[in-house]
Amino acid sequence: MTTGSLTAGRARFRLPRRQIPVLATLALLLVMYGIGVSQYTAFSNVQVIFNVFIDNGFLLVVAIGMTFVILTGGIDLSVGSVVAMTAMVSAWLLQEGLPAALVLVIALLIGPTLGLLMGCAIHFFEIQPFIVTLAGMFFARGMCTFISGSSIPITDGFWTRMSQERIGDPRGNFVSISVLIAFVVVLVAAYTLAYTRLGRNVYAIGGNPQSALLMGLPVGRTRIAVYTISGLCSAIGGILLSFYTLSGAPLIAVGMELDVIAAVVIGGTVLTGGSGYVFGTVLGVLVLGVIQTLITFDGSLNSWWTKIVIGGLLFAFILLQRLIGIRYK
Amino acid sequence: MTDSRPVLTMTGISKSFPGVRALHDVNFRLFPGEVHALMGENGAGKSTLIKVLTGVYDTDEGTITLDGEPVSFSGPMRATAAGVSTVFQEVNLCTNLSVAENIFIGREPRVFGAVRWGEVRRRARALLARLDLDLDVSAPLGSYSLAIQQMVAIARAIDIQARVLILDEPTSSLDAGEVAQLFRIMRQLRDEGIAILFVTHFLDQVYEIADRITVLRNGGLVGEYLTTELPQLSLVEKMIGKELDVLEGIEEHSRRDLAALEEGTPLVAVSNVGRAGAVEPFSLTIHAGEVVGLAGLLGSGRTEVARLLFGADRTDGGQVAVDGTASSLRTPAQAIDHGVGFCSENRRAEGIVADLSVRENMILAMQAARGWLRPIPRRRQDELVDKYVKALNIRPADPEVPVRNLSGGNQQKVLLARWLITEPRLLILDEPTRGIDIGAKTEIQKLVTQLSDGGMAVLFISAELEEVLRLSHKVAVMRDRQMVAQLANDDSLDADRIMQTIASGSHREEADR
Repeated sequence: MTTGSLTAGRARFRLPRRQIPVLATLALLLVMYGIGVSQYTAFSNVQVIFNVFIDNGFLLVVAIGMTFVILTGGIDLSVGSVVAMTAMVSAWLLQEGLPAALVLVIALLIGPTLGLLMGCAIHFFEIQPFIVTLAGMFFARGMCTFISGSSIPITDGFWTRMSQERIGDPRGNFVSISVLIAFVVVLVAAYTLAYTRLGRNVYAIGGNPQSALLMGLPVGRTRIAVYTISGLCSAIGGILLSFYTLSGAPLIAVGMELDVIAAVVIGGTVLTGGSGYVFGTVLGVLVLGVIQTLITFDGSLNSWWTKIVIGGLLFAFILLQRLIGIRYK
Repeated sequence: MTDSRPVLTMTGISKSFPGVRALHDVNFRLFPGEVHALMGENGAGKSTLIKVLTGVYDTDEGTITLDGEPVSFSGPMRATAAGVSTVFQEVNLCTNLSVAENIFIGREPRVFGAVRWGEVRRRARALLARLDLDLDVSAPLGSYSLAIQQMVAIARAIDIQARVLILDEPTSSLDAGEVAQLFRIMRQLRDEGIAILFVTHFLDQVYEIADRITVLRNGGLVGEYLTTELPQLSLVEKMIGKELDVLEGIEEHSRRDLAALEEGTPLVAVSNVGRAGAVEPFSLTIHAGEVVGLAGLLGSGRTEVARLLFGADRTDGGQVAVDGTASSLRTPAQAIDHGVGFCSENRRAEGIVADLSVRENMILAMQAARGWLRPIPRRRQDELVDKYVKALNIRPADPEVPVRNLSGGNQQKVLLARWLITEPRLLILDEPTRGIDIGAKTEIQKLVTQLSDGGMAVLFISAELEEVLRLSHKVAVMRDRQMVAQLANDDSLDADRIMQTIASGSHREEADR
C-alpha cells in the first residue's frame, strides 16, 4: 500500500465539525434578534443589546469559569452558592465597616480557595466532581444564611459608584463597569484556552484523561486549576452581582448553576469535555438574555416561559451534539 | 549493526508484586540501530520489564544503564526526556486535538508563555515528512484511521531526540497494509540509528523486522538470539517451554461429515439479513454441533455479521428462524433468550468489567439471563466458577482477584467462561485468540472443539486462516462487507483457497450454498 492511499483522503470530514454547535448558536441568536426587531420597534435600539449584557454580566463571568470545568469533562454545581456567598460576605464586611479594598480582596479569595479545596478533593481522593461540588454548593449556601438570615444592603461609596457609573456613547447608549469587567474576563479566558499550556491541557484532559497522563501532561494540577478558576470566576461574578443589586441576600442566585450549565452547553461546549469555545459560551449567555428580553417585551407572557424555552433549547442542542457525533473516539 | 556498544543495558533485574515474582534476574541489552523483539507468553514479564525500564515501576534489584551511565527513571516522562520513548498498544493520544497538537502538547514552542501555533504546525509537518506521512496537521486526530494515529504517536515519541523507541504491541489492531507502513517507518528509524524494542505476538512480524530476539518465560530470561539463528519452531518452544504436542493435538480435529451435521433443522437460519453501511444482506445456517468459521480481512464485515446475529445491531430486513420457527433477534436480550452467547472482539471495552472479580465477571451473563431479582446463591456461584477456572486453566486460580490483574489471555478465558456458564446453544466468538499467547490460544482452540463435540454451535471469527481451518466445519468468507462464499471444510480446502476467495470474491463457490 502506498503512502498516498493510506494518508490522503483518510480525513473523513473536512467541515469544521467542532464549530457547528457554535455556528448553530450564532444562527439561533440572530434569528431571535430578528424576531425581536420585526415584532417590536424598540427592540432595534442598541441599548437593548447593552442591557442584555448589563443584566447578565455576572452570569457571563460565572459561565466562563464553568466552561473551563466542563471542557475537562467535569462539572461545578457550587457556582451559584459561591456567587451568593461572595456577595453576602462583601455586604456583611462592608456593614462591619471594613475598607472597600480589603473587602474586595477577601471576597475574591473565598471563591478560589473553596474551588482549590474542591479540586484537591476531586483529584487526590478521586471523588466524582458532581458530588464534591454538590457538597460545596450546600456549604456555601449554608454560610450565606449563617452570616445573616436576611438581606444586607450595601451603602459603601465605592460599591454605589461601581453600580451607577455609566460608560456610554454620545447618543446616550451605555454599559456598566460590570460589562467591561466581564469582557476582560472573556478575553483573558479565550487567550488562556487557545494559547497557553494550561488551556491546551484542559482540552487534552477533556479529550482523554488517560492519554493526557501518559503524554506526561500535569493532569492533577490542571484539574485542580480549573476548579480554582471556576471559583475565582464565581467570586468575580458575586462581586458583579453585589454591584448590580447593591446588597447581599442569602437566597439570591439559587439555581444559577443550572442556568450557567445551560448557557455553556447551548454555547456548544460538549458536556463530556474536550470540545468548546469561550466565544460559544458568550453566545450561550446572550441567547438566555435575549429570550428574557423577548418575554419582557411581550409583556403578556409569564417569566416561567424563559425556563420552558431554555429547557427546549438545551434538549435541542444536546441532540445536535449527539447527531454530529462530536465525541469521535 | 551490532558492532557498537549497547545504548541500553538492564542487568539482574528482579521485581516482585505481592504473591507474584514478575521478573527474576533478567538481563537485556539494546544496540543502536537494531530492532530487538521481546518475546514471551502473556505473563512472561514483558510488560513488567518495559514498565521497569520506563520508570512506571521501581526495580527490586538490578541496574539499568543508558549510554553506560546508570539511570533510574521516576516515570515515563523522565524516561522520555532522557531519550527512551514508548508507544503503547492502545494509541494514547487525544483524538479531539489536532494532529500537530498531539505531537507537541506539553512541549509546544512558546513565546512569553503563548503557544506559537504556526511554528507547531510547521514542525509537525517537517516531522511527519521525515516519516513520509502526508497529513493535514490541523485536522483533528480522530479523523484519521487507527494506523495513522499510531504513527502520529511514533512521531510524538521520536521528536524528543529519542535514542530508544519502545513499541508495545503496536500492530495488534492494524491490517496488513498498515503494518507494512509501520515497518517501513521502523526500518527508517533503525537506519537512523535509533534502537527499537518491539513487542508483538505475531511471529511472522518478528521474522520480518527483528534483528535480535530476547525470550522471557515466567519472569525469567530464556536467552538472547539473533533472528537468523533461531528458527521459528525453536522460538515457540523457548516461549512456551514445552514441546509442541499441544498444538499437534488438535491439528487432527476430526473433520466430521458436514452433510451429516447439516441434516435436520438448523439451530439458527438467517436469510437476507443485512444492515446498510455495515454488511450486505447474507444468508447463513448454523446447526447444533457445527463450527462455522468466518474468515476475511480486517474491516470486511466479520464483526458486523456477529453483531447482527446477536441483535446488537438492528437488521434492515430478512428472516431469522431459530429451531425452524420464525423469530427475531432484535436485541441482545432476545438473542440470549434463544441461547446465543457473544464474546466480543473488544474485550476491554465491551466485555470485561476490569474492577470486578473473576467470579463476578463470570456470573454476569447468567445473572442477566435469570433476571436481577433472582440472585444466584453464593454456593452455586462458587461451584460454577471453580469448575470453569479449572476447566479453562485460568491463572491465578483465585476467583476473587479483580480481572484487571489478569493477563490478556486469562481475561479472554474469563469472558468465555461467562458465556459458557449460561450454556448457550450458539456461541459467537469474535477474535477470541487475538493478542494472547500460544498456550492460551491452544487451550481456547481445544475448548471450541470440545464444545462443538458436545453439541454447541459455534461461530468462530478469526483473522488467522490456519485457526479457522483447524476448527471449522464450514467457512464463510467475507469480503468488502459481503459474504462472498461458504465453503465446506473438506480436504480440498486450504488457506490458499480461502485467500484466493477473499482476493477474488470467487463465484464458483457461491454455487455451494
